Amino acid sequence: MATYLEFIQQNEERDGVRFSWNVWPSSRLEATRMVVPLACLLTPLKERPDLPPVQYEPVLCSRPTCKAVLNPLCQVDYRAKLWACNFCFQRNQFPPAYGGISEVNQPAELMPQFSTIEYMIQEDDLQALKESLQMSLSLLPPDALVGLITFGRMVQVHELSCEGISKSYVFRGTKDLTAKQIQDMLGLTKPAMPMQQARPVQPQEHPFASTRFLQPVHKIDMNLTDLLGELQRDPWPVTQGKRPLRSTGVALSIAVGLLEGTFPNTGARIMLFTGGPPTQGPGMVVGDELKIPIRSWHDIEKDNARFMKKATKHYEMLANRTAANGHCIDIYACALDQTGLLEMKCCANLTGGYMVMGDSFNTSLFKQTFQRIFTKDFNGDFRMAFGATLDVKTSRELKIAGAIGPCVSLNVKGPCVSENELGVGGTSQWKICGLDPTSTLGIYFEVVNQHNAPIPQGGRGAIQFVTHYQHSSTQRRIRVTTIARNWADVQSQLRHIEAAFDQEAAAVLMARLGVFRAESEEGPDVLRWLDRQLIRLCQKFGQYNKEDPTSFRLSDSFSLYPQFMFHLRRSPFLQVFNNSPDESSYYRHHFARQDLTQSLIMIQPILYSYSFHGPPEPVLLDSSSILADRILLMDTFFQIVIYLGETIAQWRKAGYQDMPEYENFKHLLQAPLDDAQEILQARFPMPRYINTEHGGSQARFLLSKVNPSQTHNNLYAWGQETGAPILTDDVSLQVFMDHLKKLAVSSAC
Amino acid sequence: MVGSQGPQPPPFPMEPTMAQYQAISKHPPKVCQEPHLPQGHLQPQQHRLLVARLHMASLAKEMYRMGQAPLFRCKGPPTSLASASGSFPNSGLYGSYPQGQAPPLSQAQGHPGIQTPQRSAPSQASGFTPPASGGPRLPSMTGPLLPGQSFGGPSVSQPNHVSSPPPQALPPGTQMTGPLGPLPPMHSPQQPGYQPQQNGSFGPTRGPQPNYGSPYPAAPTFGSQSGPQPLPPKRLDPDAIPSPIQVIEDDRNNRGTEPFVTGVRGQVPPLVTTNFLVKDQGNASPRYIRCTSYNIPCTSDMAKQAQVPLAAVIKPLARLPPEEASPYVVDHGESGPLRCNRCKAYMCPFMQFIEGGRRFQCCFCSCINDVPPQYFQHLDHTGKRVDAYDRPELSLGSYEFLATVDYCKNSKFPSPPAFIFMIDVSYNAIRTGLVRLLCEELKSLLDFLPREGGAEESAIRVGFVTYNKVLHFYNVKSSLAQPQMMVVSDVADMFVPLLDGFLVNVNESRAVITSLLDQIPEMFADTRETETVFVPVIQAGMEALKAAECAGKLFLFHTSLPIAEAPGKLKNRDDRKLINTDKEKTLFQPQTGAYQTLAKECVAQGCCVDLFLFPNQYVDVATLSVVPQLTGGSVYKYACFQVENDQERFLSDLRRDVQKVVGFDAVMRVRTSTGIRAVDFFGAFYMSNTTDVELAGLDGDKTVTVEFKHDDRLNEESGALLQCALLYTSCAGQRRLRIHNLALNCCTQLADLYRNCETDTLINYMAKFAYRGVLNSPVKAVRDTLITQCAQILACYRKNCASPSSAGQLILPECMKLLPVYLNCVLKSDVLQPGAEITTDDRAYVRQLVTSMDVAETNVFFYPRLLPLTKSPIESTTEPPAVRASEERLSNGDMYLLENGLNLFLWVGASVQQGVVQSLFSVSSFSQITSGLSVLPVLDNPLSKKVRGLIDSLRAQRSRYMKLIVVKQEDKLEMLFKHFLVEDKSLSGGASYVDFLCHMHKEIRQLLS
Repeated sequence: MATYLEFIQQNEERDGVRFSWNVWPSSRLEATRMVVPLACLLTPLKERPDLPPVQYEPVLCSRPTCKAVLNPLCQVDYRAKLWACNFCFQRNQFPPAYGGISEVNQPAELMPQFSTIEYMIQEDDLQALKESLQMSLSLLPPDALVGLITFGRMVQVHELSCEGISKSYVFRGTKDLTAKQIQDMLGLTKPAMPMQQARPVQPQEHPFASTRFLQPVHKIDMNLTDLLGELQRDPWPVTQGKRPLRSTGVALSIAVGLLEGTFPNTGARIMLFTGGPPTQGPGMVVGDELKIPIRSWHDIEKDNARFMKKATKHYEMLANRTAANGHCIDIYACALDQTGLLEMKCCANLTGGYMVMGDSFNTSLFKQTFQRIFTKDFNGDFRMAFGATLDVKTSRELKIAGAIGPCVSLNVKGPCVSENELGVGGTSQWKICGLDPTSTLGIYFEVVNQHNAPIPQGGRGAIQFVTHYQHSSTQRRIRVTTIARNWADVQSQLRHIEAAFDQEAAAVLMARLGVFRAESEEGPDVLRWLDRQLIRLCQKFGQYNKEDPTSFRLSDSFSLYPQFMFHLRRSPFLQVFNNSPDESSYYRHHFARQDLTQSLIMIQPILYSYSFHGPPEPVLLDSSSILADRILLMDTFFQIVIYLGETIAQWRKAGYQDMPEYENFKHLLQAPLDDAQEILQARFPMPRYINTEHGGSQARFLLSKVNPSQTHNNLYAWGQETGAPILTDDVSLQVFMDHLKKLAVSSAC
Repeated sequence: MVGSQGPQPPPFPMEPTMAQYQAISKHPPKVCQEPHLPQGHLQPQQHRLLVARLHMASLAKEMYRMGQAPLFRCKGPPTSLASASGSFPNSGLYGSYPQGQAPPLSQAQGHPGIQTPQRSAPSQASGFTPPASGGPRLPSMTGPLLPGQSFGGPSVSQPNHVSSPPPQALPPGTQMTGPLGPLPPMHSPQQPGYQPQQNGSFGPTRGPQPNYGSPYPAAPTFGSQSGPQPLPPKRLDPDAIPSPIQVIEDDRNNRGTEPFVTGVRGQVPPLVTTNFLVKDQGNASPRYIRCTSYNIPCTSDMAKQAQVPLAAVIKPLARLPPEEASPYVVDHGESGPLRCNRCKAYMCPFMQFIEGGRRFQCCFCSCINDVPPQYFQHLDHTGKRVDAYDRPELSLGSYEFLATVDYCKNSKFPSPPAFIFMIDVSYNAIRTGLVRLLCEELKSLLDFLPREGGAEESAIRVGFVTYNKVLHFYNVKSSLAQPQMMVVSDVADMFVPLLDGFLVNVNESRAVITSLLDQIPEMFADTRETETVFVPVIQAGMEALKAAECAGKLFLFHTSLPIAEAPGKLKNRDDRKLINTDKEKTLFQPQTGAYQTLAKECVAQGCCVDLFLFPNQYVDVATLSVVPQLTGGSVYKYACFQVENDQERFLSDLRRDVQKVVGFDAVMRVRTSTGIRAVDFFGAFYMSNTTDVELAGLDGDKTVTVEFKHDDRLNEESGALLQCALLYTSCAGQRRLRIHNLALNCCTQLADLYRNCETDTLINYMAKFAYRGVLNSPVKAVRDTLITQCAQILACYRKNCASPSSAGQLILPECMKLLPVYLNCVLKSDVLQPGAEITTDDRAYVRQLVTSMDVAETNVFFYPRLLPLTKSPIESTTEPPAVRASEERLSNGDMYLLENGLNLFLWVGASVQQGVVQSLFSVSSFSQITSGLSVLPVLDNPLSKKVRGLIDSLRAQRSRYMKLIVVKQEDKLEMLFKHFLVEDKSLSGGASYVDFLCHMHKEIRQLLS
């Protein structure tokens, strides 16, 4: 099956697409029996240094309902200058002087508009944040428009163009305003001037008004730096036993309204920096009484979270508006306690914004993460794109069931839209307001071909992904990816289909479905659903004798899948125990937008072992891997943990690494650090970096992740002295697998 | 007129008609001569009081003593007169003196129609002659009357004053200069009923005064002499009717020289127009409290009969002349001021200590309270505490207590107050240069914020807001390099965007503030915004004070009708057609309730609002002034403001307004002894219940008029007591209580009431009453009410106190002889009878101004002062004697200054000497004088210096700067000027003094018949 692996990898390299199934069952009935839906992970803006944009308009299929883009899969009649659409079979004329082309990018002439709205909080580490923001100014292209809104008890929109007195518009933090009101109050609405027919209208009037708040960086660099420099803590006194009043909801609403009025449908980021939960006004998450703690999962289950529903509704409304305007909202929440990410998550989730959670703005976690947003690609452009729409077209045997990722539905109900929804469905187009080269959507399909209408041998299904987006260089671009896969009849060609199963993609796609469900359903229900899917998959594709668990076998292309599911069940995406609602939201947010590799790391963290016995090697994520003479490096995506085994820790304590004769020990200690550094450099958001050792309090990060093959319950049963027992009642992978086998072979199920 | 019984034809034989009025006035004026008083009894204060009053009283007394039949046709039983131990009512008779028996009248000049009994100190006939000038004109009268002079020509003086002896004539001088100390005790114990006004009554007991030695040589004047008079009058001679000028002059001469000592209960103080010093000996100075009457009828029946309003005009924080000490501050430590347990009255000189000083009986409610040990003191043999003179609260009429925390809001001592300057920066304000001017001025003005006592710098913090249809707040924190502007456009739901840095100490933030004030005019220089908001501005200021947890004052500089979309948005509803309809009242009512609601909130926060208006057109003063009015603030209006013309006036007002001492977050309570109680209040304040007057701010100019009604019988012995307690926060943030006490007499005789009235105070009350009335009733009804009330007062007097006389005679009480002329002025004032040129805004403006005026202000406001400039010698440093406000009194060869506290005119006669024109205006002829000129050129000659000096001194006397307008005779502007000649018929239909007097007489007759 090496060929399939290669094929999958190639495809991912080239198109940024990975399908759960690479050979498709040819009928609806069969497809549903495959358990794992036909779906793909699409990374629309996968970096392709080798792919220069093409300076032409794409050629579209002329059928109004189709409008697929000319692609390599189309049949082209060069002589007749015709091409047949491979989706609707419409025959189209070529425009003059046009050759076949695989991918078309067309710059659209638009005003350079890339704007950033920055928000600030009033916290003790305000200073650190100010520095970060000032730094960020230097990273922005000079013609980027920026604005500044600060909030605490009040919300201030700073006017950036004024000289002398610094000027800001202030809004009450407790009152929600409509976009119209905001624009009126900011003086952005054009004064209803009596029509002056004869005279030309003064053109400078309008842009002038709106640019009071949004100015090119190069113009107001100094101004803004001064402004940031003079920012003080919220001057309103905070009485003992109260939380500071924070009007996040209104601040966001104003930012959204401001951009809505000034630059609709132009790429823009709203960056929310908050140092605590919203405590007043619409979108408040917790009251200002300190003695009443912010809601926990427990409260939510008990329906005790007073403000949650209302706040969520407020932020959802904002997120939808933002998305409709093609802007995105980033949330940078740095505080020791929760900041209301649970309620605000949709702002980032629906708009493709970033969500960063840290303890303080003064940590490298925040600083570097923030800096990383402004990194540039090989062309010197920001790794971000705005206002993208993803249009998916399928050949007629397929329909689109939905998508899961940082997107919102555009509600385009074409002929290729399925009635069964998986994720955000009911549409063939989604809007992704902000995306970067790693943003990945899971897109789910449904095979609709009827069982009695066999597809001719060698028939291929095709899917076209058309992504319109605004490149950070302000160009409008279109990226078109067309892929095709073979159909196969399940009856006769099950082996083919099996072999073409991409268990990694399938695991991630299923996980996304699970997490998506977890947002709205009870945790145990989701787990049960996942279990049932797994069992059914094993029943379908396992080889076994009925009622004989020991006879159960899975082929290579499925062998890892149950293990993924095991770890997924334990992951913070589905388990809320020990996580605050904010943390859960944070983890889920990232899970829904990272590409396959990162997602897999999230599901099943990677564990490397360093020892004197050989080169570093990946080891099982199992308690048996925790050995005294090893150094472990675990990457969970959110955390990088370096763990020194008991002996190693003692050695280090004894200071062997400083002795010249033990230089190799020093190297050993250094090796995981270097590797960790490498990961830290590349990862966004910057992971929490934990350096711990046997018995250290932070070791819990490792212990909670590994498969508890040895626990206080079975320590002696296994009879081995190696490894470290985990104090948990969680089932181990072995127990899990045993049960799975039992259930899979059971005919009762 | 003259004696009713006599041979003389009654002056008003029938219904007075115009013709008759004219006839009346043909009578030659008569001079009454009175009996003499033993001057030895005249208290200095009493002297100054009203010399004129004495005259008739003593005359009557004298006659009575002589066992003659009652001379006066008093309806009251003679016994009552007798019971007053000869204190004859100082009733005045207009010309209706019994002739035959009247020995007192020294001269045969019949009085025409009218006479008032004279209050003036008795003097001899010979003493009264006006100065040699002897002309019929008033001015001549104003010269000092020398004792030795005989009464001059018959027509010389005004009737009222005819008989009034020149004060100088009175030897009492010797007495007066003598130690005053003993006096009060002398009088009070012996003759409690006697009040100073009744000095005359002492006459008989003490024997004739030197000057009155020749008792009644001139007595025949009364009526008897009038017999010979030729013809019934054809026209009422203006000189024959009571002259305000004369009354003022007399009082000034008689009572202006010696201090007014407040030790005695029920003394009538000198007139407000008189300069006098006050010595507090247990009653509050008249600068703090003036009453309509210092002798209150014992029963409500009497009070109802008399219809004389019982009211006190209280100015709790009145400014005192430098010679008088401001109230002592008493600190009772943690226990706080000592109060009656039941009625909560504060310790005062009238509290009676008993049981050797262990207890005291409340003088207000008679409750007996224990004296706390730390306050105990022994009593002396008179029952007085030994330490009475060491304790202000036991010996003075006015004093202050330091309040304890119990007297503070939220049981927390207040923080120092704040001033917030809120500046309209809309197009109009910028265009007129107002903003620039104001900002420039503020820079220096901020150094003169009011401060307490010897404090080095003011504790008051300042803040700044500018606005058009949005508000701009400024952060002027001292640590900032530049001020920061914060715009709040959510005017529908106002809030304060910042706390820290908004209200700052001037010295600490000076650099930032200066920078701000420099930049404000620049920032808005190009503004096109013409719309403004109003309510949100005040709300913002109030919220700012609330956030800072302090009281304070907003200075609002506003230009136009607030038509921008916001709470309190107004529309132009000016409609002159409503005048004289039932809907006229709506012109005075606020357009919406938003303003009252806001004002209430302001009061709760102790936020006082001063409003400076600069309108070019209608701004609806009636609505805009609601908040200042209810918060104890002031309104200033500069119509069609132009920097060149109005700068001085505005800046002067602003400076005074900012610098004046203000009490904040005040509550005033007036307690009274059993029998009467305060029932109605007039002024700039808010009341949430019926007893507490709440004042967000109270300055030294603001006055509260309080009306009292009986709820029980009063006792002549114990009199009636008032205690006004004002709890306020000083400008340094100290919580204090200011207490004013006043004891009044009570009477069972109406005559005593009429003898102890004060017309100026009455007018103050009646004007305020009427001006409030226009809010609810048609103006005509209000006017009629006033006339009716006046007629009733006078009719009651005539019926009960005056000697019987022909119905055709108009008899006025001495103390009220000016009531008709003043009342007429009120009736024809702009509010009650608007002229064509008076805008709705002007009326509303004046209406609210009058509401908080004190007696002196209402006096001059309704009856303006008209000062001739060239009559008196140029060297004389005193103000020239005023002339009556009538065109007839103007000589076209002279120039006059006219002022009423708001306006100042310089009227130049057409034939004024060229030299005078030259030396004053620096132009060669009358024709070259610029009409409407507002500044006199500064010239180095005596006349110019004198006139300018006079103008300056007039301005200094008034709480608002009066802009000068030069008016030339026969010029267009003269119409404006003539409006203030209140004795004449006004263009808007206001009656002349003479006509009104006749009308009043008619009314009285109707009531009597």
